[in-house]
Amino acid sequence: MIALQGDVSEHVGAMERALCGRGSAVQVRRAGIVPDCNGLVLPGGESTTLSRQLATTGIDQEIKRAAASGVPVLATCAGLVLVSRIIQGDTKVHPLGLMDTTIGRNVFGSQRESFESDLEVEGFDRPFRAVFIRAPAIVSVGKGVQVLARVGENTVAAREKNVLCLAFHPELTEDLRFHQMFLDTVGVK
Amino acid sequence: MELENLRFGTELLKRGFAKMQKGGVIMDVTTPEQAVIAEEAGAVAVMALHAVPADIRKMGGVARMADPVIIEEIINAVTIPVMAKARIGHFVEAQILEALGVDMVDESEVLTPADQFHIDKTKFTIPFVCGARNLGEALRRIAEGAAMIRTKGEAGTGDVSQAVLHMRMILGQIKSLKGMDEQQLMKVARDIEANCDLVTECARLQRLSVVNFAAGGVATPADAALMMQLGADGVFVGSGIFKSENPQAMASAIVQAVHNFDNPQLLAQVSKGLGAAMKGMDASTIPEGEILQSRGW
Repeated sequence: MIALQGDVSEHVGAMERALCGRGSAVQVRRAGIVPDCNGLVLPGGESTTLSRQLATTGIDQEIKRAAASGVPVLATCAGLVLVSRIIQGDTKVHPLGLMDTTIGRNVFGSQRESFESDLEVEGFDRPFRAVFIRAPAIVSVGKGVQVLARVGENTVAAREKNVLCLAFHPELTEDLRFHQMFLDTVGVK
Repeated sequence: MELENLRFGTELLKRGFAKMQKGGVIMDVTTPEQAVIAEEAGAVAVMALHAVPADIRKMGGVARMADPVIIEEIINAVTIPVMAKARIGHFVEAQILEALGVDMVDESEVLTPADQFHIDKTKFTIPFVCGARNLGEALRRIAEGAAMIRTKGEAGTGDVSQAVLHMRMILGQIKSLKGMDEQQLMKVARDIEANCDLVTECARLQRLSVVNFAAGGVATPADAALMMQLGADGVFVGSGIFKSENPQAMASAIVQAVHNFDNPQLLAQVSKGLGAAMKGMDASTIPEGEILQSRGW
């Protein structure tokens, strides 16, 4: 759990509920811990702040190496911005380039336009209650990216190999299906 | 997706927004240039004002919501969230801020109160942050719909002692609820003039149900780390940055201090060579009529 800033404790809580004792969530605030993790979570927060802190601590390089070697990554909201390849019209955030995606930040507007919605998700038998907070969205994807959910024209959930990214916050609701999907990739039995 | 499927301004969205600010620093700014400095330093949000609290103190007169032009310029200058202050009880100032596209309203004692009642925050789509000195005050604000609580401290002084006092008070009162039975909790609720269900929730969670930040007098990286070690979820810095000798360096150092609040080695490093902090004033020497924290109830 990359714990530099944002709703880390909510993510830890949701992950521990999903894990049910089959492992533990470790909070990463400095370099040297990522290489020992079986899965990585980039939580929600402010992407400009997080981007800066990832670079300052050197955790950014560790995440890149881990993801390249196949370690599963779950990225939500600001995390989705950070794992992308290109961010539209922004030079303040340095994306990690873990996914072949182009991102728009605050695509839906300011906090006034933040919303909750029941989302149809590829492979889910019933809708997922999704919480979008000043959310980013994927505006275009490369060939290898599987789109899992859309809001209008924009992609809000996607997967490419070992990286799963969501524009909304599954850690703020009780529904653990995305956490479970991530843990399946990690190979938690 | 059907548009009618979307729901705006829910409690979850309001409190969720506040949660995204955790572990971050929210900085007071009065110009777009200052907002850019704050963003580059790593602030999670900026608070748009016409003057920082230290100057509001000096100027006297009635302190009101900032000019909408300044707020719009600041919104256009940065991509991080923009907050702005409304007077206590002045729900029309809050309506205007919402219409401008501000992400969160601070119903603030730094401005001159407009009413003995606080704003009914449940009527708004955007979330509110409110100041508190103790648990009763925090829970009254939460009952009115506040999505975030901050200590009042004593704004514009650069003296962290009042923020420390308020944080210790709130967290100490929550701790004292542990193990109490229903009757005892009801008695506490009556004594601190708070909703009994909210007191019971606090006792169970052993924290406030919303994010709890430190504010009012934070002036150095050490002050910010002190508030984090005491249990704050994040920090507001008002006059402390742009009243210091080198705002860029101070802003960046305070962000680093909040991220590394429990690492004295790193705190020592980031505290070096920042130039003078704001001059400030001892909060205990302020005449009673000029104390800001006693505004609101």
